[in-house]
Amino acid sequence: MMRSTKRIAVLALVAAVALTGCAGRSASDVDTTARGPITMAMGSNDAGKLAPVIEAWNAAHPDETVTMFELPKDADPARDTLVQSLQARSGDYDVMALDVVWTGEFAAHRWILPLEGDLAIDTSGLLPATVDSATYRETLYAAPMNTNAQLLFYRTDLVPTAPATWQDLLASCPTARAADVDCLDLQLKSYEGITVQATQAINSWGGSAVGPDGLTPTVTTPQATAAIQAVTDAYADGDIAGRSSGFTEEETNLAFLAGETMYAYNWPYMFDTAKTEPTSTVGDDFAVAPIVGPDGVGASTLGGYNNAINAYSEYPATARDFVAFVQNEDNQRAFADQSFPPVLASVYDDPELVAQYPYLPVLKDALEHAQPRPVTPFYSGVSKAIQDNAYAAITGARPVDQALADMQAAMTAAAS
Amino acid sequence: MTQAPSETEAVVLTTGTPDRRRRDDGRWAWALIAPTLLILAIVIGYPIVQAVRLAFQADEQLDPATGFFEEGGFAGGSNFVHWLMQDCGGGAGSCPPGTLGSEFWSAIGVTFFFTIVTVTLEVALGFWFATIMGKNLWGRSVIRASVLVPWAIPTAVTAKLWYFMFADNGIVNSVLGQQIPWMTGVWESRFAVIVADVWKTTPFVALLILAGLQMIPKDVYEAARMDGASRWQQFTRITLPLVRPALMVAILFRVLDALRMYDLPAIMQGASGGSPTTTMSILVTADMRQGNFNSASALSTLVFLVIFLVAFVMVKFLGANAVDQTRAGARPATKEKTS
Repeated sequence: MMRSTKRIAVLALVAAVALTGCAGRSASDVDTTARGPITMAMGSNDAGKLAPVIEAWNAAHPDETVTMFELPKDADPARDTLVQSLQARSGDYDVMALDVVWTGEFAAHRWILPLEGDLAIDTSGLLPATVDSATYRETLYAAPMNTNAQLLFYRTDLVPTAPATWQDLLASCPTARAADVDCLDLQLKSYEGITVQATQAINSWGGSAVGPDGLTPTVTTPQATAAIQAVTDAYADGDIAGRSSGFTEEETNLAFLAGETMYAYNWPYMFDTAKTEPTSTVGDDFAVAPIVGPDGVGASTLGGYNNAINAYSEYPATARDFVAFVQNEDNQRAFADQSFPPVLASVYDDPELVAQYPYLPVLKDALEHAQPRPVTPFYSGVSKAIQDNAYAAITGARPVDQALADMQAAMTAAAS
Repeated sequence: MTQAPSETEAVVLTTGTPDRRRRDDGRWAWALIAPTLLILAIVIGYPIVQAVRLAFQADEQLDPATGFFEEGGFAGGSNFVHWLMQDCGGGAGSCPPGTLGSEFWSAIGVTFFFTIVTVTLEVALGFWFATIMGKNLWGRSVIRASVLVPWAIPTAVTAKLWYFMFADNGIVNSVLGQQIPWMTGVWESRFAVIVADVWKTTPFVALLILAGLQMIPKDVYEAARMDGASRWQQFTRITLPLVRPALMVAILFRVLDALRMYDLPAIMQGASGGSPTTTMSILVTADMRQGNFNSASALSTLVFLVIFLVAFVMVKFLGANAVDQTRAGARPATKEKTS
């Protein structure tokens, strides 16, 4: 009898520890003036770019040092790490570098603090689209750190000037055929890359993926239909290379560097790889331009990081000062030096930097036309709805109208 | 500590208190296995119970007024209905393409297709390898070691290796001189996953079968040869029946493993669902990534039931075989050692 009673007691104790282990304070009782040493979490692939920033901060603030915690390199495992920590209400990562598309979800879970009151930051010098990407239901939830926009890379040995519109681009495709190279390479593999391509086509044709509330899908509008139809037609005609349906950014990069394509859409990092990689055969025979839409410059889709403050952080005031510090002119200039496109508009006009990085003015132009992906708390479901159906439409598995109706329905289902 | 003397005592006083002795023994036995039971309860029991409990809760709902997530509350069986009926809120079959709900039955189909094809190929090839490894050839240890290399490589590495080989400009397309879309075509990508899985797992099956083959006494074959049995007769009348218990264990292991297949297709073709190689396990993790932990729990409960059912049928089937063999006079020792 004694033994079994004890056993039950031990079991109960274990169960109690397991159940209460994750209890913590709620987001409402945050002291927004507390200061002290903090930790920043960021994907290991880009964390190195912040090392000099953190060094400078720590030298000036010995009592409020920042420590870098490196998350996994890939987006999904990095997000999983943060989500698990936040579900356990842990304040371990005071500042989190969020992929732009995570902002809505983290805000809707009350995992990050709104940047208002004591925590407000000055956003006046920032590129407007980057501020939009960090805004959920009209409240700013994160401080944009860096940004990114896709550019049109073109071979100057084949086409002297960049096409101004989508029609111009398609009209020059016979040149590519004569040279026996692809005309245009895109990322159309069924993953986040095709979401980027589909949303930037829809935005470039004057449509939008979701309405102003960030939830209602708007992909069956005439503009959206025209956009996806244009991409589908170009893919069917071979103007967009057939193999693009298996391409990520990396395959696009390899194909462009190998001189296998006349045009490619990709992030600005390809400018560096094309200039510096020993395998690059394009050398200086290429240039960049903004991506194109039916009437001119297209609306590129934004990438980059937004710095958010953990709702369970012990020292939000330090965290707020640090995310503002990252946005100052010196640090943003240092980012431009590392092909980490800054969010501070003035940096793009710096003549010294422009001389060094000739793509900066083009990038600024692209960023001024850019649109964030939907800031929705259901981003992964919404993105999947766009991915699967855009892939089906572009590869011809389903008619465009049908695929867009399915996309609309799937986006609605994802947000319920 | 006190049990040893009481044992002697019990033997001496056995006529006096048989009930009490039995009761003491029972308690002692319970006390001895209690730590194991406790650990099992924590490590296995708690997660299973918790997964089933979560499966009956609703996922968090977004409060349209505030824009924040709120607890979902009790959901009844709606999570199960969501998967089984592909119900996304508008009745059966209302999940449009591009939602995870619409992929449930296709994921089950893909998983069973992979299981049947890979296990069949692995057993056929494994048997062949095992016969070679069992022969007294020159350099037998080298052959055995080299056959086992694929099994020793971590699955994630295997997946990446085959991913590069099947890439657009990979070695497979170069050797074939064609542009086959191994990563995007529906059947091509399934074929690629099957090739990688068979390459990796055949050695494991071969090893299990080899263990079974080595249990067969050589004198049986000698006797058969004396009686003038052909090679084929030796194989069908001696080798197959005697290796059967080991073979069944190998098949059972592989079937259960293949039904849980995740890493190969996830690394080779992506884990977000929507690909022609989406298995049941990939669907579970894809649903968790979308933050739907409760419907993912319901799905993993369903996957558990499917695998449990298959295992149950197979163990019953195996058990029946073992009984048949005992009756037919096969050596029970062989059976016990291999199973």
